[in-house]
Amino acid sequence: MAKEKTKTKKKATAKTNGVDTQREVEQFLYRQAEILDAKQWADFIDLFTADGHYWMPATPDQTTGEGVPSIFYEDRDLMTVRMTRVGHPHAWSQAPAWGTSHLVSNVVIEQDDKKKGEIVARSRFHMMEFRRDASRHFAGTYRHHLRRTSDGLRIRQQRVDMVNGEGVYDYVLQIWV
Amino acid sequence: MPRKKNGGLAGLVEPDRVHRSVYADPAIFEREMDHIFHKTWIYAGHESQVPKPGDYYTVQIGRQPMIMVRNKDRSISVLYNRCPHRGAMLCGDRHGNAGKAFICSYHGWQFETDGQVRSIPLPQGYEGTRFSTDNPDCNIKRAARVGSYRGFVFVSLAEDGETLEEFLGDAKVAFDDMCDRAPKGEVEVVPTCFRVVQKSNWKIFLENQLDALHPSITHESAGRAAQIVEKDIAKRSGKAPLDYHYLSAFTTPLSKWDQVQTVNYPNGHCILQGYMGLRPTDPDTLEYEKVMRKHYGKDRTEEILSVNIHHVLLYPGLSVQSPLQQLRAVRPLSVDRTLTEIWHFRLKGAPEAIYRRALGYYNLVNSPATMVNADDLENFWKCHQGLASDGGDWVSFHRNAGQDDDDEGVIKSRFGTSEAPMRNQFRAWSDMMAGA
Repeated sequence: MAKEKTKTKKKATAKTNGVDTQREVEQFLYRQAEILDAKQWADFIDLFTADGHYWMPATPDQTTGEGVPSIFYEDRDLMTVRMTRVGHPHAWSQAPAWGTSHLVSNVVIEQDDKKKGEIVARSRFHMMEFRRDASRHFAGTYRHHLRRTSDGLRIRQQRVDMVNGEGVYDYVLQIWV
Repeated sequence: MPRKKNGGLAGLVEPDRVHRSVYADPAIFEREMDHIFHKTWIYAGHESQVPKPGDYYTVQIGRQPMIMVRNKDRSISVLYNRCPHRGAMLCGDRHGNAGKAFICSYHGWQFETDGQVRSIPLPQGYEGTRFSTDNPDCNIKRAARVGSYRGFVFVSLAEDGETLEEFLGDAKVAFDDMCDRAPKGEVEVVPTCFRVVQKSNWKIFLENQLDALHPSITHESAGRAAQIVEKDIAKRSGKAPLDYHYLSAFTTPLSKWDQVQTVNYPNGHCILQGYMGLRPTDPDTLEYEKVMRKHYGKDRTEEILSVNIHHVLLYPGLSVQSPLQQLRAVRPLSVDRTLTEIWHFRLKGAPEAIYRRALGYYNLVNSPATMVNADDLENFWKCHQGLASDGGDWVSFHRNAGQDDDDEGVIKSRFGTSEAPMRNQFRAWSDMMAGA
């Protein structure tokens, strides 16, 4: 695992010229991907607003995470449980260590409400995971509902639809994709 | 090796220990398919998975790809997923609606949903052959026996044997407890199935289901993490949602786990009694109890809600958590790979808040992003890897051996962590494999 510390939190909030939403959102998504690959879980959670959710629906036709099965449907409290578990010395499945590589692209700004400070962005991702001499691949679409805050862009909801989300899982997903 | 030269199984299973080859030998796995999974009652699915005529779900019973389908007359058939002509699989999708007939995509043979042949293209081509349409071999082969208990459909590929109810015996409380908790007395499937593969023998999963010694060890990290956040939420806003308790309950000390009883029935079925305290007194529960009393009356409601079960294991392939309306069906894929299919259900007539409770457990504990099974599956893999080791030939089930109470064939453990459930499963295994 690369131990170098990426200054993700600060960079994620760095201002661009304030007009180029496309570039600003792209930079934000790249930073989030980097945070995941660097396993900076607290920084990952801090990318979300106080009421933010990370949501991976069970099926692509779902329109809300409320009252329906989800693979992940986590507010900051549940994310904190997940982070605390993997950091516990007796999280047995954390040995062997594992690594991921995320690529994010095809970023499309669906909405840019300057008045409300809300942005909806769609992108494509690919995650390769390596654990115990085996690779797994997960790929699909992110849909970020972003909010402009005094700290920079923050996520009100991140929806993750994996093209192989309904398939058979060989082992589980220990952390966010 | 205690194994006989003729390949017999005698000596591999002792009352308190099991030889490692029972889990690791591919030849024994094949015999288990023949003598256990192709003979006893195996769970196929819930009737509500196929509500409309023509609706089908494919399912693996032992080695056999099968189709569970709803017929016009509302009955359910379970068929071999194979066209009798050239042997092609009929349904290539996991589920769908066949319409009025199954149509083979190769040469267009058509079948009623109950398997009866409907039409063959240019049937005159079979005149004078021994494969004319009046030959029953032209139909899709049907499962030898199909049984349903309170909407849960089981299949036996053997003509003879106990009826489904005889086979389940008292362990059918798994379905009674689940369905009785519905004001309308029945449940409905939520049509999402999470599927997770374990890289281990199927029996390792079953042994884990009622193993009360493992949770506070295996799940310490998830339990502690949830407990920290649960306390933090309580400090902020009074009370954390029940979801956190599902996880923090794993921090229950070992001495408490030892007080939970297991009840072990014939055919390998067992019950682990409840420990979570799933009868809170919040407004949602009180509202639900009101609805229950309206349907069942006071005494019967009390009787239903005081059933104290955490888990029922229905050997050899179903783990049911009745008070949270979940089940995991076990599909052995090979000697070292096991698929689990995980479903949950709605209590018909119960308030939405009660469904949310089952849903919270399904998402947190049973989804492919589970923080709980992450550590279980890791252990199962390690158990299976350990079978290759010459460090020892035997898997031990000695804990409290000889110290359980035998109540006319029903074994009641005096201690929650007794390995009685595993010993009981192997009693059934030995009986079922006796002819192998």
